[in-house]
Amino acid sequence: MPYCVCLGGRMALVDMTAIPALKRQAQHSGEALARLRSTLLALFVPGMLIGLWQVATTQQWTRLIPTPWETAIYMVDFVVGGIHNDAFSATAHIHLLASLQRVYGGFALAAIAALTLGLLIGRVPLARQMLDPFLQVMRPIPVTAWLPLSMILFGLGARSAFALVFLGAFYPILLNTVLGVKSVDPKLLEAASMLGCRGNAQFTRVVLPAALPSIFTGLRLGLGLAWFVIVVGEMTGVPQGLGAVIMDGRTLSRTELVICGMIIIGIAGFISDLIVVAIGRRLLRWSPSHNA
Amino acid sequence: MHDSSQPIVDVRSVTKTFDVAGQQIVALKDASLTISKGEFITLIGASGCGKSTLLRIIAGFERPTSGEALMWGSPIEGPGPLRGMVFQDYALFPWLTVRDNIGFGPTSQGWPKSKVRETTDRFIEMVGLQRFADAYPHQLSGGMRQRVAIARVLANEAEVVLMDEPFGALDAMTRERLQEELLEIWRATKLTVVFVTHAVDEAILLADRVVVMTPGPGRIESDTSLTLSRPRDLTSPEFNEIRRAMSARLHSHHGKRAA
Repeated sequence: MPYCVCLGGRMALVDMTAIPALKRQAQHSGEALARLRSTLLALFVPGMLIGLWQVATTQQWTRLIPTPWETAIYMVDFVVGGIHNDAFSATAHIHLLASLQRVYGGFALAAIAALTLGLLIGRVPLARQMLDPFLQVMRPIPVTAWLPLSMILFGLGARSAFALVFLGAFYPILLNTVLGVKSVDPKLLEAASMLGCRGNAQFTRVVLPAALPSIFTGLRLGLGLAWFVIVVGEMTGVPQGLGAVIMDGRTLSRTELVICGMIIIGIAGFISDLIVVAIGRRLLRWSPSHNA
Repeated sequence: MHDSSQPIVDVRSVTKTFDVAGQQIVALKDASLTISKGEFITLIGASGCGKSTLLRIIAGFERPTSGEALMWGSPIEGPGPLRGMVFQDYALFPWLTVRDNIGFGPTSQGWPKSKVRETTDRFIEMVGLQRFADAYPHQLSGGMRQRVAIARVLANEAEVVLMDEPFGALDAMTRERLQEELLEIWRATKLTVVFVTHAVDEAILLADRVVVMTPGPGRIESDTSLTLSRPRDLTSPEFNEIRRAMSARLHSHHGKRAA
């Protein structure tokens, strides 16, 4: 075959693949140091805050907040028990599981509904004309404002929490799906049609993958908001759940319980986001803005 | 299969007007162009001369306001695999690897997997991207991306390749190399190529026929067959002579306007 004249192209290949490999060798020792440094930097602000907390509580600027050490002990008791042996000892996993179910259940339901509606609104003008104005008016209403209504509609308890999580996750997924579908580069649709890909095939082979980065951003924001809303959702008198623990802590004046609940929600939300980001990296490794 | 005397593409008195903010803009006025199988035609002109509109009408992306565009004697109703377009900004599918971009057309047309694989491999090799077969477009240079775009159209068995300023965004060195490669491929495959450019050198270097277009409204000014032997030398006196004549034609409408 006499057709390959792309010497420059091959040079570029050598450069692109060889440099990271060389760097990997040279930086092997430097890397550990760099990782240590970034860990220390990331711990600086939390460390300072815990220090401030320690000073504030030992100096008794407030009497209602336990010291970090006391909180840590409560946390151990809350998670594994064996220290105070009260009603909350060794119950963290029960509450966490209850919240996880509501967060992921509500999120999954919201994702199904918002993706379907978003694809419709983005692709079908009639759907856009019918639904877009309505959804735009509903959108500014904060999820917390729905709490009383949702208690009337779904009763006190888990279903109400579920409904609020659903509402919280719904809008970011919907809006980003619509945006992703609407902003598909028309050139790509032209390219597909001149290659013989038309109609419904164009939707699955071009529109969906092109909209995926935006849809993914929506899912990530939606899951974040689901964790955000769960506490409000579980204030409606559910017996279990991290939101319920925080509410109980407040009514029983057990601040350490409130703080433990907050910390667990923070960690759970953080890990859940890490998982989503990892899935995204895998799915969107073609996208220069998602695999940085 | 096709009567060899029949033109592969026949554009007959095509006029195209666009509605821009309530105003009728004539992008192309009464253009006629007959293209025989295997010809390499360049369309050249300043912006607004209708060269891209003419190309898009042949592709089937636009319908003529009046007149008709035919391929093998039947009206062009819309875009289709017989006429492959190479865009200036590549328009590769960013979520597909080089291999899958090239295999997109064959897959769309429902070819069996083994045939898709075999075809894509052949065209990956033709454009010299074997080592990049599994790379994504964003990992490639502009020149490599355009190679993929060309291979994507060839793999789809396009009979006419339409190129809209395909090398306009590339650096001079890469452009030269791709021009050479394109001519090699054209020679080897007997394709019909319609190539839009605004660079006089490029138009003369590549074409059997140079169609000069002028703006306001866009129309075909002249249609010149080149007898210059290949490979062509940009520095030869013959080349220069043609260049001078083409430049004069390109600028002729300025003179008319001033008069």
